[in-house]
Amino acid sequence: MSLSGAWYIGLAAIVFTIGAIGLLVRRNILIMFMCIELMLNAANLTFVTFARMLNDIGGQAIVFFVLVVAAAEVVVGLGIVVTNYRRRETTVADDLNSLKG
Amino acid sequence: MLHAVPLLAATRATWPDILVFAAAAAVILVGAIGVVTSRNPVHAALSLVMTLFGVAVLFIEQEADFLAAVQIIVYAGAIVVLFLFVIMFLGVDRAEDITTERLSGQRPLAVVFSLITLGGVLAMVATSHWVTGAKQVVGPIQGHVAGPNSPAGEPAQLGKQLFTTYLFAFEATAALLVIAVVGAVVLARRPPSVEGKDETEAGASASASTDSELPA
Repeated sequence: MSLSGAWYIGLAAIVFTIGAIGLLVRRNILIMFMCIELMLNAANLTFVTFARMLNDIGGQAIVFFVLVVAAAEVVVGLGIVVTNYRRRETTVADDLNSLKG
Repeated sequence: MLHAVPLLAATRATWPDILVFAAAAAVILVGAIGVVTSRNPVHAALSLVMTLFGVAVLFIEQEADFLAAVQIIVYAGAIVVLFLFVIMFLGVDRAEDITTERLSGQRPLAVVFSLITLGGVLAMVATSHWVTGAKQVVGPIQGHVAGPNSPAGEPAQLGKQLFTTYLFAFEATAALLVIAVVGAVVLARRPPSVEGKDETEAGASASASTDSELPA
């Protein structure tokens, strides 16, 4: 018998918050992507917790799809980072100011 | 059937469960803080692996064995390796100066608003009951009859649901992965204008030609 779901959801909320702070504070695009992965993992943990609490396998199926979408997102995102590095020689988000007026 | 699930309901947690949760939570939090505070992107990626392993432990603790295995294989085995490959391929594994704030006042604001969100979620967890919809959408996790011939266990049930209830979504993810692969190949390809020149000239003219394509 596992702990009550509140512990897991509280932990997931804390991890999500850390990821959100990192996404807002860090300026390196690669680390911003890692923070997005942290937030996705927090959401996955919540889904698995609710799947256990409600005794419904649907929550775990959603996690499976989140994993696939995260993989696709990282592939395309890192492709954009590599392409951008070829053009601008930087992975810092603040340096991408071509559209600045 | 409408049933409310009290989140703070007392459960019969034994001390190994508490120990496992505490250890995994410590690993997850240390890794997450490491991702945010590492100056070197390689260290951040390794901290991310730490967090992912901790989450996998909590998946196993919550009877999601298959997802724990997929978590290790897909996240730690593929996504983080892809991160590390890009970091080392681009050669951006230098330490970065994170002490200066490039937009004044941004960090305190980010922390304040994130903590407000966290406080809201925690208050909700502490005070509310999750009233859910009528019946289970797909099927229970427990409740199967174990036997020598029965495909028992959570992976079998998850697979059955993926290929029946969620078949359309499953096929859609296949299309999504194909699109992602094609997109990655198109993005990572060198621009056609550079091809055909010799290597040094191509490297020198790459930025010039692309800058002319994209006026700054």
